Amino acid sequence: MQDVTYRRPATLQEAVQLLKDNGPTARVLAGGTDIIVMARERRRDTSMFVDIKAIPELTGIRFDASEGLTLGAATPLYQIYRNETIQRLYPCLVDSASLIGGTAVQGRASFGGNLCNAGPAADSIPSLIVLEGKARIVGPNGERTVAVEDFCTAPGRNVLEAGEILVSLSFPAPQPNSGARFLRFIPRNEMDIAVVNAATSLRFEGNNVVAARIAIGAVAPRPLFVPAAGAALVGKPLTDESIAAAASASRDAATPIDDMRGSVRQRKHLSYVLTERTIRDAAHRARGEALEH
Amino acid sequence: MVATEPYKIVGTRPVRPDGVDKVTGRAAYGSDIKLPGMLYARVKRSPHAHAIIKKIDASKALALPGVKAVVTRADFREAGPGLIDIGEGPPVNLKFMLDNVCAGDKVVYKGHAVASVAATDLHTAEDALNLIEVEYEVLPPVMNVRDAMLESAPLIHGNELTGGLTAADMGKRPSNIANRVEFEMGDVDAGFAQSDIVIEREFETAMYHQGYIEPHNATALWNKDGDITIWTSTQGTFSVRTASAMILGVPVSSIKVVPMEIGGGFGGKIPVYLEPHAALLSKKLGGVPVKMWMTREEVLEATGPTSGTYSRVKIGAKNDGTLMAANVHLAFEAGGFPGSPVGAGAMCALGPYSIPNAFVEGFDVVVNRPKVAAYRGPGAPASEYAVESVIDEIAERIGMDPMDMRLKNAAVEGTRRPDGATMGVIGNVQVMEAIKDSPHYKSELEGENRGRGVAMGFWFNAGMESAAYATVVSDGTVALVTGATDIGGTRASHAMQLAETLGIPYDDVKPHVVDTDSIGWTGVTGGSRTTFAGGWAVYEAAMDIRVQMEERAAKIWEVDRDQVHYDNGAVHGPDGKVFSFKELAAQLPHTGGTISGHADVNPTTVGAAFAGHICDVEVDPDTGKVTILRYTAVQDVGTAVHPSYVEGQIQGGASQGIGMALSEEYFYDENGVMRNSSFLDYRMPTTLDLPMIDTILVEVPNPGHPYGVRGVGEVPIIPPLAAVANAIYNATGVRVRKLPANPRNLLEEMLPPEA
Amino acid sequence: MSNRIIINTVINGEPTEFLADERDSLLEALRERIGLTGVKEGCNNGNCGACAVIMDGRLVNSCLVLAAETEGANITTVEGLAKGGELTPLQQTFLEDAALQCGICTPGFLVAATALLEQNPHPSEHEIRYWLAGNLCRCTGYDKIIRAVQHAAERSA
Repeated sequence: MQDVTYRRPATLQEAVQLLKDNGPTARVLAGGTDIIVMARERRRDTSMFVDIKAIPELTGIRFDASEGLTLGAATPLYQIYRNETIQRLYPCLVDSASLIGGTAVQGRASFGGNLCNAGPAADSIPSLIVLEGKARIVGPNGERTVAVEDFCTAPGRNVLEAGEILVSLSFPAPQPNSGARFLRFIPRNEMDIAVVNAATSLRFEGNNVVAARIAIGAVAPRPLFVPAAGAALVGKPLTDESIAAAASASRDAATPIDDMRGSVRQRKHLSYVLTERTIRDAAHRARGEALEH
Repeated sequence: MVATEPYKIVGTRPVRPDGVDKVTGRAAYGSDIKLPGMLYARVKRSPHAHAIIKKIDASKALALPGVKAVVTRADFREAGPGLIDIGEGPPVNLKFMLDNVCAGDKVVYKGHAVASVAATDLHTAEDALNLIEVEYEVLPPVMNVRDAMLESAPLIHGNELTGGLTAADMGKRPSNIANRVEFEMGDVDAGFAQSDIVIEREFETAMYHQGYIEPHNATALWNKDGDITIWTSTQGTFSVRTASAMILGVPVSSIKVVPMEIGGGFGGKIPVYLEPHAALLSKKLGGVPVKMWMTREEVLEATGPTSGTYSRVKIGAKNDGTLMAANVHLAFEAGGFPGSPVGAGAMCALGPYSIPNAFVEGFDVVVNRPKVAAYRGPGAPASEYAVESVIDEIAERIGMDPMDMRLKNAAVEGTRRPDGATMGVIGNVQVMEAIKDSPHYKSELEGENRGRGVAMGFWFNAGMESAAYATVVSDGTVALVTGATDIGGTRASHAMQLAETLGIPYDDVKPHVVDTDSIGWTGVTGGSRTTFAGGWAVYEAAMDIRVQMEERAAKIWEVDRDQVHYDNGAVHGPDGKVFSFKELAAQLPHTGGTISGHADVNPTTVGAAFAGHICDVEVDPDTGKVTILRYTAVQDVGTAVHPSYVEGQIQGGASQGIGMALSEEYFYDENGVMRNSSFLDYRMPTTLDLPMIDTILVEVPNPGHPYGVRGVGEVPIIPPLAAVANAIYNATGVRVRKLPANPRNLLEEMLPPEA
Repeated sequence: MSNRIIINTVINGEPTEFLADERDSLLEALRERIGLTGVKEGCNNGNCGACAVIMDGRLVNSCLVLAAETEGANITTVEGLAKGGELTPLQQTFLEDAALQCGICTPGFLVAATALLEQNPHPSEHEIRYWLAGNLCRCTGYDKIIRAVQHAAERSA
């Protein structure tokens, strides 16, 4: 572990000030499941941990039928997947939250941390994208909001400026006849980084799909929102042909690399497979049907 | 169970003596030690796979407050010639062993140790690593066995290795081939000519790590009087003592190795890595204890994986299933220094079968990867995977049930192996029949994309020296001391054999594992030898006690020695005279003193082990992902001393073999840097990757052991590779000839060829 | 040289004040400063579960927690599971079912399984496997561990 100092500010202003005063090697500490390892293995230069978990706005789950859902950015995953409202209305978030790390990691890790890490294979980000997540950011120059699909810029890089903190993530209230699903493919059944992951959200009016958002991960320098895949579904009933068109759009959008976790060919192929599977599952959820797996 | 003796304790399932300490966190493993004034040390390692060391400068590190000492190769002795037998596997060349512990002129793998540094605390030692400056001249690495065997390959050890491609070639020309073994029996060409069907296939297996959860550790104190104490988690305290003495250039008698509890080994905790560094740092500091342990990355990058392998197997058979001839070619990666287990792989390759004509050759080849160490049945998983795959293919081609074909050719007592050894009393046929009779094999496997596979495994098992000293305590209990470090139930299996022999309750035996000054030479806990050979020693020590107790009773009763005999936990004399064990124990202090039994044994009547596994899989045709639906492991265990721990060995071995088959591998980039040196990406099976593993214990007692014990630990890792691969074939029609069959590799086989 | 800080916690029910380096992980502090060496280091990056402890009611890997973060926290380690000289049902079934071989992963499994049974006293086999997927064992193939958890759950019924 690098030589670090530890601070635990009680307010946002205090945290922003600490980050601003101590430069880029002062790092926000939420669950710590990635940042502590990176500092220990000296993969990310760190001089100070600014622990934000004592700041009220950073934790907690708030839902309002008209405003939707707001998650404190540092809310640990286990609180998310055990929350009954989220289980009922945002099962796609449960998909992600219950797949990241093992149980002990879920006791600490957060969606906000997963998003700020900006890993191309991050298992929360496709879900946050298809659910139209908005990131509320507070910094030295005030406050701004960024759509999740625009948050990551490159592997390990995001839109946060010096001194800025991701405070919360918010999602619109789910509309009737809508459903969403996240899946990832890993070689084992737990504890792996996704070879490819994908999320789809769908909304039906009658038989027709009227809205569709599809995102895939681990196939580009950042999690990829694929509007063309969603567009292939909209304005018509869901058919094998439209699903194949959407899945093909995902595959075409994927520009993966070859590494120890997967090959280019495998990732292109899985982009298709997982897009197809998430569409079918999202449709089931939209119809209020239970999933087979 | 096929056979049982009317034992009272052998065959029961008592709680292990060290159990409570291990469920309460009290058990002391190597890195749990804390000594007054102790310093912490870390190893500086090479970032390059292959490079010449030009210069090492530790001055900046030594200037850091808190840093107390740095050790480099200059602090070690000059390496002389000489081979050392460290226990399991082939004897080790001292110079190579020393070079592996601390690099000399060059580094030969990423993670190779080049220096070590001691400081007042862990963080400071780690800070100092970056301040040790090493200048390298980087050389091109040679990363796999087939590349390394090419004449054009860069030579990792200059002119030192001359293994040769053929027997005639040996010793002629420098190469990366360190050694070549060859076994021949019968007339192979004639055998193939008489065959109706001949199949030849090539196979590859990845480099795999033993994956023990406890990283290597060592704590050493080089006292001012020259006495050295080493506390470490090892499979063999005596092999650590020998290796450390050779490396440090001190007499073995100046080193005492104290066994700490050991968190897994599987063969990988036999070599020394840290012990000499800790000792030399302690010496430099004038006798301050120094503690070291590795990070997981260091464990994966710089300690004992097993060989990545290439093999080519050709087998001929008659249409009725009779095996006629086999030709087995094995090339094993040794890592940066010679010493792969290719010899054992070659000996075992055809083990389950009687094949009249066979030729087996094996190559030990250096590559720029960590020096391999023993790993559970070293060499056999790879060689038997290749053979079991070809046997399965022949059975399918001639339309024979795969177990019927194996039974038709099963090795039996008297069968000669190509390496010249002849099988003793073995349970090979019984295992095969138990598979056929099992509910699993008899069941129908239904559903799409599903398949069943079977495979056999053979391992010869080991004997080697063991010692046991047992002292009768006046309250009627017995204190048992041995030198066999307890890696998973050894105290229990030894205490049970002692209690059985003495006819006393299991709970009355208090077993202890002691240091190298306190017991006779004891080989490593490995080679499936400890319950067998240690058990022999315990039995002999108990018999020694029985004789002495007879003598003592005769003295007390003032009767003739011949009128007294020990039976069933009591000493019987004439006229109905009897002492229970407890009664006589109470008399000992004032009738001549304590009785203790001693045995130092080196038994050679080892019983070979056979296993057969049945595996059902389902393969996702869209992703290439394999799910194991059901798994049954059948094994001849000789006598199951503690059946729960026997089952546990089988289940653990099977799960490691499944890891080899499906998910584990060393993944290197083109510069020879391991890309998956963490438990995140070195994918060992998790709870969600395995089903319950059913076991069927076949007991064909080993006539060469008082309780019929055979080794059980190693053979279960052998069958899974082919059992899984054969199951995948039956599910998908794809013959997997490169392991692991992870989704990436399997999908590649299942997808249509790329345009 | 790095900063030393004083931390006040409750560990295994005992108020505990200790001196730590500001860069110590909870794992390092428990083992090297406090002497609770039942907490094991297997990987030091959250992928093996050997260092699992219960912190303020939730299961965490102590290698992924800074000691500095535990000011005011309530921590349970393997040493704190058995109360009043009695082994817990889980400790008992781990012994009876031979659910450990080398024993190095055992503290992490026991702590994790304790946390599981506290919130789900009657888990299915799949629920047990899911919950324990972050705990690696290399000796047992998990079979006997899963069964020991099942038996402990039955016993506390």
